Amino acid sequence: MAVVIEVLDGGLATTVQDAGRPGYRSLGVALSGALDPLWLECANALVGNAADATALEMRLTGPRLRVAGGRVRVALVGQAEGEVRRAVSRRLTFAPWQSMALEEGDELRIRAVRGGIAYLAVSGGIDTPPQLGSRATHLRAGMGGVQGRALMAGDRLPAGAVAPNGPERRQAAFLHETGPIRLLPGPQDDYFTRDALRALIEGEHIVSRDADRMGLRLQGPRLEHDAALGDEIPASRWAAPRNAGAPSGGSEATRAWGSFISDGVAPGTLQVPPDGQPILLLADCQTVGGYPKIATVIRADLPRLAHLLPDDRLRFAIATRAEALAALRAQRARLDAWRAGIAACRPAGDIDEAALYSANLISGAMYDGATGDPQ
Amino acid sequence: MPRLLPLGDAAWTVEFGNTIDAATHARVMGFDRALREAGPLPGVVEWVPTFRSCTVHFDPLATDAGALGERLIGLADRAPPALAAGRRWRIPVLFGGEAGPDLAELAAAGGLSPGAVVEKMAATVFRVYMLGFMPGFPYMGGLPAELAMPRLATPRKTVPARSLAVTGAMCAIYPVASPGGWRLLGRTPLNLFDPADADAPALFAPGDEVKLQPVDAAAFARLEGEAAQGRLDRARFLVATGAPWPS
Repeated sequence: MAVVIEVLDGGLATTVQDAGRPGYRSLGVALSGALDPLWLECANALVGNAADATALEMRLTGPRLRVAGGRVRVALVGQAEGEVRRAVSRRLTFAPWQSMALEEGDELRIRAVRGGIAYLAVSGGIDTPPQLGSRATHLRAGMGGVQGRALMAGDRLPAGAVAPNGPERRQAAFLHETGPIRLLPGPQDDYFTRDALRALIEGEHIVSRDADRMGLRLQGPRLEHDAALGDEIPASRWAAPRNAGAPSGGSEATRAWGSFISDGVAPGTLQVPPDGQPILLLADCQTVGGYPKIATVIRADLPRLAHLLPDDRLRFAIATRAEALAALRAQRARLDAWRAGIAACRPAGDIDEAALYSANLISGAMYDGATGDPQ
Repeated sequence: MPRLLPLGDAAWTVEFGNTIDAATHARVMGFDRALREAGPLPGVVEWVPTFRSCTVHFDPLATDAGALGERLIGLADRAPPALAAGRRWRIPVLFGGEAGPDLAELAAAGGLSPGAVVEKMAATVFRVYMLGFMPGFPYMGGLPAELAMPRLATPRKTVPARSLAVTGAMCAIYPVASPGGWRLLGRTPLNLFDPADADAPALFAPGDEVKLQPVDAAAFARLEGEAAQGRLDRARFLVATGAPWPS
């Protein structure tokens, strides 16, 4: 009997993700896939999967899951932790950045996910039916994953294989670079004033509440369109609300740039609507966008965008193409070194109630708020 | 002259103009054809033709971005425009009523009868300029000027799946239910996007031409029933490939 992961509680926004669905963007199908493909790869590496195997992407609050049909090995990557309930009375800690073999009947609960995002990999990968070559969930198109939506109680996720015997594996957290998010200007940086590009890189930008897997609306210095290029066309004639939200009308005739004609976008593209507040596109973004694009985040810094939460502040810097390539190569080398450093470790132990109790007597606090109350 | 524009370090946008018209789009489709005929270019993942440009996505670790850009602009300079249509479709549409709640208002705005609007729609050859907004959503140009209307000030929360909609000089069909601000004139029984068909999930492709065939409620219901049972073969609505429209 194949292993099935039963979903007891889906958490707030848990989706099935892989490396995405390339090859269909000319048909309007979003790329999609893990917002942080590096951490997806880390989680998969810890359970011995291929780098792009299908896993669970978790945000805010993780799911509660139960293993049915056999053993399975799992690994959690991110600033999150959880707990495993085994049989009637045993409770085991479930720590991030190390694998753990789960027995049939084990119940796994992932608590608060800090830092925006976390991944749970399962040995053999999650085996939901692929659509157009990918299992990645695209919520808006209702594609991939479990019926194209986030996980819900009652879902059953087929898992590829039972856990191989062998030691558990662990590695230190793979940390992302810090510093400004690097950009290449374009493709429409010439539609903006010189001051706009300066404001983009000198100013501080705040992630608004309007943030999901399609994109983040930023608040900060207004990025002015170049009035000489035809800003007199009223904003109401513009293509679309958000991320080309609704299809743009357009005209068969030549128009000034105020009615910008939709063209290609990519995850990382900074689109600027008439209000001058950019939208930073992410993995689930549409294939074309109806606003001028002042710049695009370099590939090496894309995974960092997955960790941005509302009210987070970010800064941008301009990179050259050579710097972008060097950053991407260095990142790949760093990840390869991280993989090579994965080491065998002892399995997670039972939670020591007595030790916890005495620790709490000393600290005067019950549990760390971020890890939640295990009761 | 086409322009090569950077879309980050993993895509180039080749831009052929700044207008929506058949001539510019023919250059885009000519470039699309040249890319196909060039065979697999190292590192190229896919490309996305639009109204007036084509975005080529690539893996910067698998190819030299600068050399690829030069190759692309070379192809763009040399590629002859693809003037001929891709495929030609005749798509059944039930106009007006519950299927096309904006037909009467659009007719009145243009000083036409609803019947005259349907006649003009049926006489028009629409060209699929690009797919976008959602999987399989065709942006079709060619709408007669007297049928032009701006989008609704407040978009509908839900446009039913397979609705035929117009705004400005564009016509489209919503593949699945979605919020939308275009004017709804009718509905087709045909499914525009089937993710189970990995080889050809979308009914239309950029460059296709489309004519609309008005059908009555009974015919629509019959076709819709066949579609629901998976018995509505797309090929039935394909008029021709490469050949001109039969007169």
